Amino acid sequence: MGMTMSQKILAAHAGLDSVKAGQLIEAKLDMVLGNDVTSPVAINVFEENNATSVFDNTKIAMIMDHFTPNKDIKAATQCLQVRKFADKYDIKNFLDVGQMGIEHALLPEMGLVGPGSLCIGADSHTCTYGALGAFSTGVGSTDMAAGMISGKAWFKVPSAINFELIGKPQGYVSGKDVILHIIGMIGVDGALYKSMEFCGEGIKYLNIDDRLCIANMAIEAGAKNGIFPVDDVTREYCNGRFQGTPVEYTADEDAVYDETYVIDLSEIRPTVAFPHLPENTKTVDEIGEKEVKIDQAVIGSCTNGRISDLRAAAEILKGRKIAKGVRCIIFPGTQKIWLQAMHEGLFDIFIEAGAVVSTPTCGPCLGGHMGILAAGEKAVSTTNRNFVGRMGHVDSEVYLASPAVAAASAVAGYIIDPEKL
Amino acid sequence: MNARGRVHKYGDNVDTDVIIPARYLNTASHKELAAHCMEDIDKDFVNKVKDGDIIVADKNFGCGSSREHAPIAIKASGISCVIASTFARIFYRNSINIGLPILECDEAAKDIEDGDIVSVDYDTGVILNETKNKKYQAEPFPEFIQNIIRKGGLIKSITE
Repeated sequence: MGMTMSQKILAAHAGLDSVKAGQLIEAKLDMVLGNDVTSPVAINVFEENNATSVFDNTKIAMIMDHFTPNKDIKAATQCLQVRKFADKYDIKNFLDVGQMGIEHALLPEMGLVGPGSLCIGADSHTCTYGALGAFSTGVGSTDMAAGMISGKAWFKVPSAINFELIGKPQGYVSGKDVILHIIGMIGVDGALYKSMEFCGEGIKYLNIDDRLCIANMAIEAGAKNGIFPVDDVTREYCNGRFQGTPVEYTADEDAVYDETYVIDLSEIRPTVAFPHLPENTKTVDEIGEKEVKIDQAVIGSCTNGRISDLRAAAEILKGRKIAKGVRCIIFPGTQKIWLQAMHEGLFDIFIEAGAVVSTPTCGPCLGGHMGILAAGEKAVSTTNRNFVGRMGHVDSEVYLASPAVAAASAVAGYIIDPEKL
Repeated sequence: MNARGRVHKYGDNVDTDVIIPARYLNTASHKELAAHCMEDIDKDFVNKVKDGDIIVADKNFGCGSSREHAPIAIKASGISCVIASTFARIFYRNSINIGLPILECDEAAKDIEDGDIVSVDYDTGVILNETKNKKYQAEPFPEFIQNIIRKGGLIKSITE
C-alpha cells in the first residue's frame, strides 16, 4: 500500500521501510521548538525528572516571542527562566529580543527546518513548516521536554485528506483566503488527527508565504499537520538557507486518502471568518455593505507577517488613510522582514496612512499585549484564531481575513472587499 | 482506577483559550492556572467545581493552542476526568502526558447532562450515569497509551 508524504517522512525517521495509518511509532526528531510560554513548563518537567542533558543542543529552538518584549514581571520571569536554561545547556537557537521573530516566521527564515525535516514544537502552529515539505506538528510542553531529553517522540501515523489545488487565484485572493475557504468547507474538526496533504498544478501559483500561511492554519481544521510537495519555489527559498540536508518526499501514486477534494483556486473569493470559529466563513460578497464596523485592524503574525503580506497591505494603504476610529497595528514576523519592509519603504506607507508598526511579537494575536480589545469591540485580523476572548475581552469579536482585506477594511472602517475600496 | 463526581457540561469546540485565557499564561503555577480555569466560558466554574467532578463536552474538546496549561488548569482545579465525543489531538496528547484521564464516548457526551452524578471505571471504560441510571461504554486506551499511564506519565516512560 502506498504512503502519503507525511507517512514517508515519519517512516524514514522511525527507521522503517513503511508505515500505515494508525500505527504507533517512535521517530527521531530534527528540531524541537518551544517559546516563552511553553518552554517554562517543559523546563519544569525536565528538571523535576532530574534530566541532566539535552539530546542535541543544535536541534532545540527556544524563541522568546509570545509576551515579549516582556509585557509584565511574570512574563519577564518566564523569559529569565528559559534564558538561564539555555545558558546552562548551551542551546544554540535560543533567540531573545533583538534576534527573535515570531517562531513560525523565524524557523523557516533561518533554515532551521526544511524539506524532509521532522519537527515538533510546543506551539500549535508548528504545522507551518509543512509548507517546505517537512512533517511538523504541535505538541505540548511535556512532549517538548521528552523531545529535548531523548531526541524522539511517539506518533500515531495519521491518515490523510488530499487537497488537489487547480487553477490560479484571482485578484486579491491569497493563501489566507484559500485556507479560510477550506476550513469553512470541512470545519474546525474536519481534519481531526489527520494530515492535510496539498497537491496539484495550482500550487505553482502560490508563493512560499502563501504556502506557509496555508500550512499554518491546518491546525484550525484540527489537522495533525499540513504538507506541500517540494517544487522549484520551495527549492529556491531553501537553497543556501536550510541548514540541514533537504530530502524531497513525494506521495506514492497509490497512497490512500480518507478523502480527496479538488479546489479550484480561480473560484475562491476573498474570505472572512466570523466570530467565534475559523469555520464561520463568508466571502466578501456575502458580507453586507457596512455590516461589520471595526475598531481595530491587526496585520501580521505567524500566519500573515511575512514580506508578501506586508506588501499586500502596503499596496492597499498607499496614499490612503486609516478610517477615523480604527486602530491599525502592523507587526512584521521577524527582524529580517522588518528590515526588508523598512528598506522597501513600506513603513512610510503604513505610518503616513496612520497605522503603527510593532516589533515582532505574538502579543496581539492571543490577547497577550500590544492590541487588546475592550468589551464590544471588533477587530479584523490576519491572525489565525477568533475564539471567544482571543484578542481581549470575552465580549469582543475577531474577524479573520487576509492582509489585503484587513488593510482595505482599516481604510473603510468596515469589512470590505479590497476591490470596492 | 475510578472517578466519581458531579458533571459540568459544555458543548462543541471548547477551545484552549476559554479553558485558560492567554492573559494568564505568564505563569506556569498550577494553582494560579486553576484559579482561572474555564473563566471565559463559565465564570462561575472555579466557585462550583469540587474535587472529583467530571467535565463532559461534545466534539473537538480542547481545540486551538498547544498550551499544556489547559489540561494542567483542569486537573489542578480538581476535575478527575474529561469525557467528550472527540478531543483535539494536542489536548488529547497533553492530557495523557500529564496524567489527566480523558475518555472519548459520543453516547455519554450526548446523554449526560449538567449536574448528573457520573462514575467512571478506567479499566473497563464503563461510564455509569447514576442520576439517569444508564451505562455507556468508552473506547479503551490503546496499549501503548496504557503503558504511558501505567508508568506515571510520558517522561517516566522514556527515562526508565
